[in-house]
Amino acid sequence: MDNLDKLEAKSVYILREAYREFKNLCMLWSIGKDSTVLLWLTRKAFFGHVPIPLVHIDTHYKIPAMIEYRDRLALEWRLNMIYGENAEALAAKETFPDGRVDRLTCCWNLKSEALKRTLSGEWPRYRLNLDLQRYQEDNNREPYTGVIAGVRADEEGSRSKERYFSPRDRENEWDVGDQPPELWNQFKTDFAPGTHVRIHPLLDWTELNIWEYIKREDIPVVPLYFDQGDGRRYRSLGCWPCTKPIASGARNVAEIIRELSSGQLANIAERSGREQDKEDSGGLETLRRGGYM
Amino acid sequence: MNMLPRGQMNIVVLGHVDHGKSTVIGRLLADTHSLPEGKLEQVKATCERNARPFEYAFLLDALKDEQAQGITIDTARCFFKTALRDYIIIDAPGHLEFLKNMVTGAARAEAALLVIDAQEGIAENSRRHGYLAAMLGITRIVVLINKIDLIGYDGAVFAGIKQEYADFLDGVGIVPVGFVPVSAREGDNIATNSAHTPWYQGLTVLEHLDAFEKTAGNEHNPFRFPLQDIYKFTADNDDRRIFAGTVETGSIKTGEGVIFLPSGKKSRIKSIEGFHTSGGSAIEAGYATGFTLSEEVYVRPGEIICKDGEELPHVSSRLRVHIFWMGRSPLIKNRKYKLKLATSRSFVQLAEILNVIDASDLTRSREKQQIDRYDVAECILETTRPIAFDLVSANEATGRFVIVDHYEIAGGGIIMESIPDADSTLKDHIRRRETSWEKGDVTSSHRQSRYQHKAKFILFTGGADLKKREIARALEKSLFEENFITYYLGMENMESGLDADVTDVHEQREEHLRRLGELARILTDSGQIFITAVGDIDDYDLEILKMLNSPNEILVVNVGPDNFNNFQADLSVGEDAEVAATVNRIYDLLRRETIIPDYSI
Repeated sequence: MDNLDKLEAKSVYILREAYREFKNLCMLWSIGKDSTVLLWLTRKAFFGHVPIPLVHIDTHYKIPAMIEYRDRLALEWRLNMIYGENAEALAAKETFPDGRVDRLTCCWNLKSEALKRTLSGEWPRYRLNLDLQRYQEDNNREPYTGVIAGVRADEEGSRSKERYFSPRDRENEWDVGDQPPELWNQFKTDFAPGTHVRIHPLLDWTELNIWEYIKREDIPVVPLYFDQGDGRRYRSLGCWPCTKPIASGARNVAEIIRELSSGQLANIAERSGREQDKEDSGGLETLRRGGYM
Repeated sequence: MNMLPRGQMNIVVLGHVDHGKSTVIGRLLADTHSLPEGKLEQVKATCERNARPFEYAFLLDALKDEQAQGITIDTARCFFKTALRDYIIIDAPGHLEFLKNMVTGAARAEAALLVIDAQEGIAENSRRHGYLAAMLGITRIVVLINKIDLIGYDGAVFAGIKQEYADFLDGVGIVPVGFVPVSAREGDNIATNSAHTPWYQGLTVLEHLDAFEKTAGNEHNPFRFPLQDIYKFTADNDDRRIFAGTVETGSIKTGEGVIFLPSGKKSRIKSIEGFHTSGGSAIEAGYATGFTLSEEVYVRPGEIICKDGEELPHVSSRLRVHIFWMGRSPLIKNRKYKLKLATSRSFVQLAEILNVIDASDLTRSREKQQIDRYDVAECILETTRPIAFDLVSANEATGRFVIVDHYEIAGGGIIMESIPDADSTLKDHIRRRETSWEKGDVTSSHRQSRYQHKAKFILFTGGADLKKREIARALEKSLFEENFITYYLGMENMESGLDADVTDVHEQREEHLRRLGELARILTDSGQIFITAVGDIDDYDLEILKMLNSPNEILVVNVGPDNFNNFQADLSVGEDAEVAATVNRIYDLLRRETIIPDYSI
């Protein structure tokens, strides 16, 4: 077994554990490389099937290629695809691109708040009707009690403190200082009514592991990750007003792996193109404690 | 450039507060050139500016500050690499209140560096951490006797601490890989051999780490496949029924015979399933996979699949264990807890405390009646039904467990011995219940002569859910029309009523059976023929129901595929059985057992 085999086996075990223990389970799919690897691992875990609904929080500021890719894959792989949004903030233009709020507040409105209310079922969920090929309001408004997310420990400081199974209270809040113990491969699969558990099958993966696995398995990813000829590519994907490409000539997966292995990006944070992380020191941790991925 | 994924190893640094863990980590990062560019110079410059002597521990603090961004740190990770592989250091805090985090960190580690201050000698957490590392299954431990410069590189002091700590570890069953005299501050024997310790001929800390073999040999142990789930996804006409899980140890090939434990059912591997892989005809330890079987068996997740002809795990409900307790409330007797062992979940009670060990000095107390937070204890646990397990000495993955209390993992433990089933707490309970049973003035013979029949509990089970209920209801109606006193209880009625307070899925089943058994005892005592239908009853479930219903008796009717291993139902019919004919056959049984009178005589 090589390192990727081990990472794969552990993630599959965690996914199956989640599927077994949580009746109302969903998986967050940001359309990025990590959660797409997670989606692929789900197909591994369930022998080609994806028996878990995928939830995407649509800020309506995503780079358009991401949404096209999402719906293409959802139709092709017959996914149970759901999106949620903060319709109120969008209608009231309480967003950064509209100039009414700063970046962090915009993230809070369009992502954290939208996520919280979509998971709880307070706000409408829109489900892709695979036959009609369009989204319709979903009848299921049951709160999700298990939420699978593709966060990685090496990505950024606050994520290195995560557990594989991490409890969140009613307000989606994360108590970083008092987390449950995890022993061997036993996780927190019991939870009090009203709380939910975030599940992190990719915690041990590094950015390089992700690309190595994408190459090994030939997983389709959004072309935005590759240099299209102008010497720039996205290393991390988000909303277009707050996401900048990095200078890179990597045109395919193999070239990205070479770039990452060479160490030329070693001192540049993976999320350096994500402006909201820079708003104040600890912006992302503040967001994450409030439920942001 | 080498494009092959490099090997990785998780290590944890343990030891008492202020014995130099952070300095060791800082030194490892610096000496392996694993710090971000300019970090060393930057921290040195900061120290100079503030007129503080530079310390390697500051490196870690600087990294942590970046990671922590002002938030409380628990288990943090940092990385360094040698020519051989990448290391992930899990830094576990030394304070007692962070023990939960230390245990989490150490449980992920494959090797440990345990740091002891040469000046201060062995301290409370030096022992506690050593003991816990042993319990968590970390056998690769290197002991670093640090600050050796402060005792003038005195080999005799080193030898003294080495002897004392080796004796301690010996008491908990660990032989450390080595003892290294180090000064993390000066860099002695961390990455390079020190000229200050000519009396030490052993490896440096880095050499020790690189010399560790990755866990090997698991594929040569007996096959253990804890069944995580059984899938039957019907989308796209998929008709595979897949037994999913991870091969913990050993290996298996298609065509080989397997045994499920504790149920004892047998079958044969038909295929090894996977997605985007060839699947193949053999699989070994470490892989998360799935099988289809040649002959279908009906079991629940949590059983261990083993290989025919190999050494099998133990099956028992009494275990002698070592336990480490982290729960806010103590572990007490006469209370049910959830036990998770590999993929099984069962209910467990603390039956007996053999002794409570103070992990810091290994003194034992036999007087304690409960196990408090941070206690390590040797005790006997009793599960409500037999479970399959190995002794930890034979197989780690199936020889250790956690206990859940108040929705949280509150304790972890390892199994030292399987104890033959003596008097279980259930038997105890029934003995007590029956001796204190208050009898009315109407006896069962009074009832029999009034009702013209005896009491009986008729239990329908089997995979044909709709059919068995249909027959059960038809039987009730028919008996009623012949003036027998009878009652059919629908399971939903119980779930939404009597069982409404039981919300935990696993607890639901155990508790549901217990309540059903007690209810049956009461209803049969009232002289009725009590009928109900429950899915998935296996040998153990039935044993529990029989005991709870005793001294009255059960008649078991199975409809469709059954879940029994050794038990033979009183009547077994297929899914397509005709209702009226089956009711007649049950009548025959009731007559034969003289539950109802035989009119033909």
